[in-house]
Amino acid sequence: MAKKLIDLVGITKSYGDRVIIDDMNLFMNENRFLTLLGPSGCGKTTTLRIIGGFESPDKGKVIFDGKDITDTAPNERPLNTVFQKYALFTHMNIEENIAFGLKIKKKSKSYISDKVKYALKLVNLSGYEKRMPDSLSGGQQQRIAIARAIVNEPKVLLLDEPLGALDLKLRQDMQYELIRLKNELGITFIYVTHDQEEALTMSDTIVVMNKGYIQQIGTPEDIYNEPQNAFVADFIGESNIIGATMVEDRLVEILGTRFKCVDEGFGNNKPVDVVVRPEDIVLTEPDYGIIKGRVMSAIFKGVHYEMEVLANGFEWLVHSTVLKEPGTEVGIFVDPFNIQIMNKPESEDEEVLVEE
Amino acid sequence: MKKIGSKILTGPYIIWMIIFTVIPLGLIVYYAFTNSGGAFTLDNVVSIADTVNAKPLWLSFKMSFEITVICFLLSFPLAIILSKYSKNKNSIIVMAFILPMWMNFMLRTLAWRLILLNNGFLNRAFEIFGLNSVYLMNTKAAVILGTAYDYFPFMLLPIYNAVAKIDEDVISAARDLGASGVVVIRRIIFPLAMPGIISGITMVFVPSMSEFVIADMLGGGKVYMIGNAIEQAFNSGYADIHLGSGLSLSLMGLIVISMLIYKFFDKGEEGHGIW
Repeated sequence: MAKKLIDLVGITKSYGDRVIIDDMNLFMNENRFLTLLGPSGCGKTTTLRIIGGFESPDKGKVIFDGKDITDTAPNERPLNTVFQKYALFTHMNIEENIAFGLKIKKKSKSYISDKVKYALKLVNLSGYEKRMPDSLSGGQQQRIAIARAIVNEPKVLLLDEPLGALDLKLRQDMQYELIRLKNELGITFIYVTHDQEEALTMSDTIVVMNKGYIQQIGTPEDIYNEPQNAFVADFIGESNIIGATMVEDRLVEILGTRFKCVDEGFGNNKPVDVVVRPEDIVLTEPDYGIIKGRVMSAIFKGVHYEMEVLANGFEWLVHSTVLKEPGTEVGIFVDPFNIQIMNKPESEDEEVLVEE
Repeated sequence: MKKIGSKILTGPYIIWMIIFTVIPLGLIVYYAFTNSGGAFTLDNVVSIADTVNAKPLWLSFKMSFEITVICFLLSFPLAIILSKYSKNKNSIIVMAFILPMWMNFMLRTLAWRLILLNNGFLNRAFEIFGLNSVYLMNTKAAVILGTAYDYFPFMLLPIYNAVAKIDEDVISAARDLGASGVVVIRRIIFPLAMPGIISGITMVFVPSMSEFVIADMLGGGKVYMIGNAIEQAFNSGYADIHLGSGLSLSLMGLIVISMLIYKFFDKGEEGHGIW
């Protein structure tokens, strides 16, 4: 059993009338890559800033390693942060930037210089000691920001959309670097992003948030394959979300047609939401599918074609490497395993709590 | 085409500069190095070293230094406080500090007279609270107070602009790395505000050096600064524009030298201020 490192207990935060986080409970284990994922305004950055100490919660407690640190100033917390816009000290060279935290802790000169060298090596920027931050590219500056944080050997590294300002190719490279860094350092990363792909690539655990509530906690596979509600299904990847009725265990009626599925325990004749990923829909000859439809449009996307198929009055989004020309009659087949049943939410911001 | 156009546009300014800067400066240099007979002499330029002039020069230097220090000590903390308040940009508080600048400085100085006079507002207020009267009028302290008040916005504004430009995340990052409030100010805010501080110091120290009107109005002739000496050389009954020019030129030279020395000691942080 992994050790509980950070425990957020009943955190509530609002600005004026706007509630940013409402009674949030979340714990984070040691040596994990945990991602807070959600659209802007969902409270993920505020959560991170509360952990970092830059905001104080209106209610609730932040427990770190068994100690209550809710009222501890940021400079006295045993964790470090990497900011979205790097936030390097432009009046200091790279070495001075990285050494900043160690100098405050009054470490010896030789210790500092060894540590700076080591940190620069970790982020693949050896030999940059005397450069000024302004002379580096965005990606390099962000690596320096990471080096400046990890050189202090925090138990937890907080990352606030650190790749947000970088271009796509660089972002992908940095994703792998961050995973490598985390494995080499063996510390906990708490990562904030609105980019679901980034979250799926890097995380051990994803916390999906919306409107100040946790929507789902799970591994990337869980989140993608078994979204707990329509919001998660919609936010993570593309999907067909359809209102349906659960006829009985393992049988669901979608748009008037009964589909076999593998879910149980939703009750009989209960309204539910069904999510089907576009890549899980198989287009067949008209008579071989479960329902019949007509291809309305097809767009080439590189890896696959994106097609819209009108069937039973619903436009199904389909991803396939095989093109069916618009106008073609097709059959739609979905493997029972690929039909994900979700409870209908009582309200849009209903809290869905799932233990890790 | 574009080049010719921009050259034509700079024309009026070049003419302006020639008429109001280059020619007067040339005249001062000419008068400074000649005597009333028109012959070359160094007497006027070196006369700043005479005791009559060296004493007010030293006084001006000391007072300008004190004025600059007072302005800085008031401005730097205020700039930090103001930049925190003005995150919502259109700050009324910043406005309140700039507003006095819109009033003519003679009026402001006159107001100080009314406050500092022996039976002025200050002493009348003291009387109400049962305190002893203070006689500040016609003292060095009054001149320093009045000048510091007049030049204060010139110190505050550039420092405020520099401090307000510092990214909030940079401060958060320093806090995050273990810096206390004092360390943040000393190691982050102060060095990053350096260009503004240099501008502010320049804009307060240099004009204070040649100040003479405030010395007249609040010093009552008892505070005799180098500016007064130069003014006397030009304006008094025994006017000598050669001596006045010589003193002006020497003062100008000394100010340039002192600013160069100051810049030399301040190397490292490049000050691209307003000078």
